[in-house]
Amino acid sequence: MRSDRQSRTPMGLKIAAGLGLAFLHLPLLLIFLYAFTTEDKSYQFPPPGLTLKWFAVTWNRPDVWEALGLSVRVATISTAVALTLGTLCAAAVSQTRFFGRETISLLVILPIALPGIITGISLRSAFNLAEIPFSFWTIVLGHATFCVVVVYNNAVARFRRMSGSLIEASMDLGADGFQTFRHVILPNIGTALLAGGMLAFALSFDEVIVTTFTAGQQATLPIWMLEELVRPRQRPVTNVVAMVVVLVTFLPILAAYYLTRDGDQISGQGK
Amino acid sequence: MSTATLQSAAILPGRGGFAGALSDAFWRNPKLLLFVLLTPPLLWLGVIYLGSLFALLVQSFFSIDEFSGLVNREFTLKTYGELLRPSNLDIIVRTVTMAGLVTIASAIIAFPIAYFAARYAKGRWKAAFYLGVMLPLWSSYLVKVYAWKLILAKEGILTWVFEKLHLTFLIDGWLALPVVGGNSLSVSPTGTFLVFVYVWLPFMILPVQAALERVPGNLLEASADLGASPRQTFTNVLLPLALPGVIAGSIFTFSLTLGDYIIPQIIGTSHLFIGMAVYAHQGTAGNIPLAAAFTVVPVVIMGIYLWLAKRAGAFNAL
Repeated sequence: MRSDRQSRTPMGLKIAAGLGLAFLHLPLLLIFLYAFTTEDKSYQFPPPGLTLKWFAVTWNRPDVWEALGLSVRVATISTAVALTLGTLCAAAVSQTRFFGRETISLLVILPIALPGIITGISLRSAFNLAEIPFSFWTIVLGHATFCVVVVYNNAVARFRRMSGSLIEASMDLGADGFQTFRHVILPNIGTALLAGGMLAFALSFDEVIVTTFTAGQQATLPIWMLEELVRPRQRPVTNVVAMVVVLVTFLPILAAYYLTRDGDQISGQGK
Repeated sequence: MSTATLQSAAILPGRGGFAGALSDAFWRNPKLLLFVLLTPPLLWLGVIYLGSLFALLVQSFFSIDEFSGLVNREFTLKTYGELLRPSNLDIIVRTVTMAGLVTIASAIIAFPIAYFAARYAKGRWKAAFYLGVMLPLWSSYLVKVYAWKLILAKEGILTWVFEKLHLTFLIDGWLALPVVGGNSLSVSPTGTFLVFVYVWLPFMILPVQAALERVPGNLLEASADLGASPRQTFTNVLLPLALPGVIAGSIFTFSLTLGDYIIPQIIGTSHLFIGMAVYAHQGTAGNIPLAAAFTVVPVVIMGIYLWLAKRAGAFNAL
């Protein structure tokens, strides 16, 4: 009786929700179409013809490979830093109570809550004041700062669901702190860290606003794309790169979703 | 002395080796563990990040010497005074108006999606809806902007669709309007607005959905049983309960629009937004103090906004 009325969805709502989702997805689908177009001077629709030629052209472009390589290296190191800092912070906040706990959460979220341009320009002016030249490491410094939050959020959520008695039991059974971490804590938070790491990687791989302020002469893949957007020179190559970027970022997101989806089945859940 | 002997008899002897000793020290003194855990992240975020923010704030109180172009390191409010010039005030008003409109539009588009996902989608459909929001949220920002460059181009898909429907006059008529129009959609404020709404929409959907999921279904049924029409139920029951979620989402859409400088640069007119002004002043002009003062504007606006949002209870919906 109770749920009889719920199963009927109002038609208007269905249409509005469907249109909204279409609005979100059609532009991305268009990217896939344009990667195959034969037109190389304009954004003509419908494409006059379809070709695979531009994939080969893009494959042989050293500047694209260079930008991709730099992006992957930056994202890898930033993710590693974010994983370390985010886990440490999450452990401290969730396992202990201390003065200023709330402030720490705020501090971690701040780099992503404030507009990217503020993070970017403040890092840049700090580098200027400290006379640090722009390099690979200045990019990493910026990226790691805002990647901490995704690892932290994932880890804190998992720590909260993990029962503290597990750790006590492990210690009672004679394991020292490091053994407990290695054999009890790590297996429990492992998938959350993996998911957080993947999201951090995707975040760093895609970041452009902070990077424009901290990169100097080097071009990560988003910077390369930005230059093409502002001054289009090789539209077909940009089309192909855009499609590849969409595919590359979809994979970690899907993986992260499946890793955290079953997160409720964690040992020590009874309490 | 005697307590120590008692203790050592009652508990296990200390563990050997450096790791063991360290582990024991952490167990006996949780503060030490806390210190070790917190020092690296606090050093990174507190020193590098907050330090940089503070450096920026300090620089906004410097001023630039108009003749030599050098930064004069004396505290003054002169740079903030420059913000009040009509041309700069214009930039601030334009950006805030855009952020407000984008927020309202995102809320209107997001609500049905969030409501459907929260109340009617079940099982696999629910997962599909979730991923359907997450994938656009996480896919590359620049690729999304690029997609809209393809869509809004004069020779692009939108023009083509309107041509096939014989509705080209609608686009032309809209573009002929004074404030929102321009030469083509990709260089008009309308284009900027559309792209902003598209890019930030998922940030609105997720908190609204979270808030709607917490509204008990029987409340709506009770309202209907008591004789309310669906419209009355919506305005008197559902909307007030979902409002914290909408406000939580609006924090993202508002703040992200305030600080963005790439979208209006690629799709839009030559009129500046706050982000573009910051970028221009710190870059070619070398006027770091004015750039810094400009960045303080969104921070202050967001500070007020967050304070109001907190009073409206929006943080519980995050």
